[in-house]
Amino acid sequence: MKIPLSYTLRNLWMRRLTTLLTAGGMALVVFVFATVLMLEEGLRKTLVETGSYDNVVVIRRSAQTEVQSAIDRPQAALIESQPEVAVGADGERMVSKETVVLVNLNKRDSGKPTNVMVRGVAPRGLTLRPQAKIIAGRMFSPGASEIVAGRNAAERFKGAGIGETLWFGQREWRVVGTFDAGKSGFDSEIWGDSDQLMQAFRRPVYSALLIKLDDPASFNAVKARLESDQRLTVEAKRETMFYADQSEMLAGFIRYLGLTLSIIFSVGAVIGAMITMYASVASRTAEIGTLRALGFRQGSVMAAFMFEAILLGFVGGCGGLFLASFMQFFTISTMNWQSFSELAFSFSLTPGIAAKTLAFALVMGLVGGFLPAMQAARLPIIDALRAA
Amino acid sequence: MNQIAQPVVEIRNLAKSYRRGDQIVPVLTNITFDIAAGDYVALMGPSGSGKSTLLNLIAGIDKPDSGILRVGGIDITALGEAELANWRSRNVGFIFQFYNLMPVLTAFENVELPLLLTDLPARERADHVNAALSMVGLSDRMEHFPSELSGGQQQRVAIARAIITDPTILVADEPTGDLDRVAAEDVLKMLDQLNRELGKTIIMVTHDPHSAAKARTVQHLDKGELRQA
Repeated sequence: MKIPLSYTLRNLWMRRLTTLLTAGGMALVVFVFATVLMLEEGLRKTLVETGSYDNVVVIRRSAQTEVQSAIDRPQAALIESQPEVAVGADGERMVSKETVVLVNLNKRDSGKPTNVMVRGVAPRGLTLRPQAKIIAGRMFSPGASEIVAGRNAAERFKGAGIGETLWFGQREWRVVGTFDAGKSGFDSEIWGDSDQLMQAFRRPVYSALLIKLDDPASFNAVKARLESDQRLTVEAKRETMFYADQSEMLAGFIRYLGLTLSIIFSVGAVIGAMITMYASVASRTAEIGTLRALGFRQGSVMAAFMFEAILLGFVGGCGGLFLASFMQFFTISTMNWQSFSELAFSFSLTPGIAAKTLAFALVMGLVGGFLPAMQAARLPIIDALRAA
Repeated sequence: MNQIAQPVVEIRNLAKSYRRGDQIVPVLTNITFDIAAGDYVALMGPSGSGKSTLLNLIAGIDKPDSGILRVGGIDITALGEAELANWRSRNVGFIFQFYNLMPVLTAFENVELPLLLTDLPARERADHVNAALSMVGLSDRMEHFPSELSGGQQQRVAIARAIITDPTILVADEPTGDLDRVAAEDVLKMLDQLNRELGKTIIMVTHDPHSAAKARTVQHLDKGELRQA
C-alpha cells in the first residue's frame, strides 16, 4: 500500500532548508555518540593490542598494575624455571624481568608535568614484544644510562626526542632511539635497561615478570601452579587480558559520561525532528486528505510519514558519521587512572560502531516521526480536505 | 432516460448531523432520491444547504447518521474504514475545486496515483496514464509539475486522475469554482463529453446556474432537505 517513495523524497527536497537543519541537529548528536564509541574503542584497542596472547604477566597478587607490584629475585627465579616457559634459539628462557616506575616529565606543548611510565626491560624483553620496533636511532646498550622512547612519548614530552636527555632517578639518561609499538600502550612508554633502572631507583625487586609460553594453551596450568605455590604470592594473567583490564575504568567512564550526554542531546534532536514532522503534516493536510480520499489507507499515510522521518534520521546519521570519521586523524592523551600514567590513543571507527551509530540515528527519526505520522494517518478526511 | 436506466446511487431517508460543542446541528434530513447510471446530476443550493455533505456521503469519505446509501448495489454505510478506502479507490473519481494535485509529483505521476492501488504492472499503468492525459489534451505536459500548469490545465490533470481507474461515479465539488470563464467552460465541456461519450455518471456540486445547466438532472437542497425544482 504504496504512496510512492518519490513523493516522500521530493517533499524532503522541497523543504530542503528545514530538512538540512533538522538533519544537521541530528548529525551533531550522532557525531557525539559516534565519537564516544570511537574513543572507547580506540582506548580498548590500544590497551588490548599492547599485549600478546602467548605472553603471561606475573605480578604480586592484588597489585592490579605493574607499578604497584613487587617480585623479589628468588621469586623471579622460581617463576622463570616453570616448564611451560618457552626457550629461545640461544637456549635462554624467554622471560623479561621488568621494573616499572613512574617519572614526572613536562609536556612539550603546554610544559605541564605528567606521569610517564618508564620500563626497565631485559634485552630479552624486546623479543617478547615483536610489535615494538626501533624506527629511529638505535636500541639502548645494556649497562649504559641510555633509554629509548615510544613514538608518542618522544613527540609529547620535553627531552624524550633522540639526542635529548632526561633527568630522573638522580641520573641523566640519554635518549638514543625511538620505537614504534604499533599504536599500542607501549608507544607512551620509555624503555631502558632493567638493571640500570633498578640501581638508579634503588629498587631491590622487580615489578613484574613477562614470560612467553611455549604453548599458549598451557596458560591455565602455569597460572594454577604459580598461584597455588606457597612460596609465591603472585597472580598470572595473559598479557592481553592484563591490559584489557587496565582499560576498564577509563573506558567505563568515557562510555557512561558520553552516552549520558548523547541521550540528553538526542532528546533535543528527537524534539527537533518531531517539530519538523508536525510542520510537514500541517503543511500537507490537504494532500493527506486527498490521498485518503483516493483510497490510500491510514497505514500507507502513516508509513509515508514514518519513512520521511527515518530518512531524516538517516541523513543526520550519515552526516554525523562523516564528521566523526575525521576524528580518526586525532590522537589524544590522558591519564590512565589504573596505571597512573599518561596514555595516548586514537579514535577508532569500526563497521560495528558505524552500524550502531546509524541505528541510533534511525531510532531518533523513528521516535521523532511516530506521533506526527500517527496524527497524519488519523486526520478525518473531510477535515483534511477542508484545509485546501 | 432516468426511468429506463438502473439506479447507480440509491439514497433512502439519509440523515447527517454534526456536533458543535454541546449542540447537534442537523445538516441533512430525510434525503431520498436515486441517481441513474449514466446520469449527470447537479446538486445546487445556498451555502450551508448540505450539498457538499451529501456529495461526501455519496463518495464514501463521510458517514451518515442514518438511512440507506447504496452505490453500485453496495451498502457503503456498512463498510469499515479499510474496506471503504478500497471501495473508493475502485468506484469513485474525485474532482475538487482546488484540484488537490500533489505539488511534488508531475502531471503523469499525479494521474498514476490511483493506479498504484491496483495490481497493474508499471507498463500498463503508463499506457493508461498516457491515454487519460491525451484525452484531456495534456500529452505534452506529462512531465510538468502542477506549479508549471495553469488552473485549467491542473483541473484537466485532476479529471484525468478521476477517470483513470474507470470508476462507477465521478464526484465533482465546485469543479469550476477556481477557474476563469474560458477554463471553466473548457472543464464543463470535458465533463459533458465524459458523460455523453463515455457514459460516466457524474455528480457535481455547484453554485453556478450556468454550470448546473449543463447537467441532465438538477437537485436543489435547502436547509438540508431536497426541494423540487
